Amino acid sequence: MSEVIDYKSRVSDPASRKFETFSYLPAMADKDIKKQVQYLISKGWNPAIEHTEPEYVMDSYWYMWKLPMFGETDVDRVLAEAAACHKANPNNHVRLIGYNNFNQSQGTAMVIYRGKTV
Amino acid sequence: MAVKIYNAGVKEYRQTYWTPDYTPLDTDILACFKITPQPGVPREEVAAAVAAESSTGTWTTVWTDLLTDLDYYKGRAYKIEDVPGDDSCFYAFVAYPIDLFEEGSVVNVLTSLVGNVFGFKALRALRLEDVRFPIAYVKTCGGPPAGIQVERDRLNKYGRALLGCTIKPKLGLSAKNYGRAVYECLRGGLDLTKDDENVNSQPFMRWRDRFEFVMEAVHKAERETGERKGHYLNVTAPTPEEMYKRAEFAKELNAPIIMHDYLTGGLTANTGLANWCRNNGMLLHIHRAMHAVLDRNPHHGIHFRVLTKVLRLSGGDHLHSGTVVGKLEGDRAATLGWIDTMRDEFIKEDRSRGLFFDQDWGSMPGVFPVASGGIHVWHMPALVSIFGDDACLQFGGGTLGHPWGNAAGAAANRVALEACVEARNQGVEIEKEGKAILTKAAKSSPELKIAMETWKEIKFEFDTVDKLDIAHK
Repeated sequence: MSEVIDYKSRVSDPASRKFETFSYLPAMADKDIKKQVQYLISKGWNPAIEHTEPEYVMDSYWYMWKLPMFGETDVDRVLAEAAACHKANPNNHVRLIGYNNFNQSQGTAMVIYRGKTV
Repeated sequence: MAVKIYNAGVKEYRQTYWTPDYTPLDTDILACFKITPQPGVPREEVAAAVAAESSTGTWTTVWTDLLTDLDYYKGRAYKIEDVPGDDSCFYAFVAYPIDLFEEGSVVNVLTSLVGNVFGFKALRALRLEDVRFPIAYVKTCGGPPAGIQVERDRLNKYGRALLGCTIKPKLGLSAKNYGRAVYECLRGGLDLTKDDENVNSQPFMRWRDRFEFVMEAVHKAERETGERKGHYLNVTAPTPEEMYKRAEFAKELNAPIIMHDYLTGGLTANTGLANWCRNNGMLLHIHRAMHAVLDRNPHHGIHFRVLTKVLRLSGGDHLHSGTVVGKLEGDRAATLGWIDTMRDEFIKEDRSRGLFFDQDWGSMPGVFPVASGGIHVWHMPALVSIFGDDACLQFGGGTLGHPWGNAAGAAANRVALEACVEARNQGVEIEKEGKAILTKAAKSSPELKIAMETWKEIKFEFDTVDKLDIAHK
């Protein structure tokens, strides 16, 4: 029986906030982000970039970065927009979305640049 | 117009109800029965008897038959097939005209299709294998109060399965201690927790106390994690009045989701509650206690794929489906057949998955299948592969049994889920590479590492009792 370890999560600590899919894994390296972009494009979804101040992480509506990139299949162009959004909003969470216009939902959504939570 | 004359007496059913030349209409409700006849009774006669007894017929001719057009209203046995690998029984296909049934009432449909006929003496056993609900009938039913897409939008969960847990021990906790268990699960990374089906309002924990403490736990976990959470508050109650009272209180506490047992609670109650949920912006989780009484015997009862369709029509946003890999019954191909029946818009006939008919749901929303029972982190790669993203994976013992407690158990499951989804998206064969994926993820998650050590050797490999009918001779 191993020693019991305390679960470190506090209401008072902004770093305890999560941000949905993949937020329990370490931040992705650039090459791994690229694979996720490739995945959503291969599913036929429309890539989009959004961002928000970390304190408003629970809101349904984040700021759109420009418009969703309808029909975009070039992985590097999507990555370039995400990087541009991050550069312009360095303290914000930046998330990548794959809009599925057939079921009118998001096929996926994940934060790919993590904002400053402290 | 042909004139009919009244002749009292008993006629053979097949004279009226066996119609092999009939082409089913697009608006007919179609049923496939597996019939085990008494020895010596011809198949056509038994099939016709089933069609008769589940529609307009009775055992003798009555003069009032002639006051209506029975040829319009009767059920018709139109096809007979061998059951692969089992000579004791056969499949009979019956078509029912849509006007035999009240609109929007699965209660009425079942009262005919699985009513008196199941006690009919000429049968040794009878099983309703599948039903095709025509789109014309589907359109008269309310269906899921929210559906998969709306639930995802409300809960802000995309690109992965939902993660849940049933709170244990199932009976005996006080409301405050129960809320503690909920809080720990949710702060650790689960999206949803669940009342056990047996938890209604017993002396050890009355429903109102449970609802209050649980919702305090949900709201605190949301503030702490920044993620939207919920707990299925079980509103199953002795009377509909009491059920609605509990649902109203859940709404007052801003609960996003409530729960009902649709078979023990009954389909009338369920359909009413689903309507209430639709009108009140509430999600509805459906448990299926008693289903195995109806669906487990391969020769008698109602197949679960029928109970699945009935629930989708009556209304529910989640339905337990079996896990394929856990402690409870469920053949893989057959399970895939009925989880598609829960989620998809159009499901094609596919005997290899036990689907006897095409089923068109039109625009009726889909139901999240819920995989629950005896699953833990080692099952995660298989679960993600089998269920995909549109499912709710529930780890009870696999969360609460973690050596460091519920929060750590929840975190372990969440990390395992996300690691499997990330790998799948990268094109990795996750069932084959499962161990490597989890081992890599555990390097940055001590909670997952301990979970993997705790449950390493547990497997559930009993054979399935209710298999698909395939030739084995």
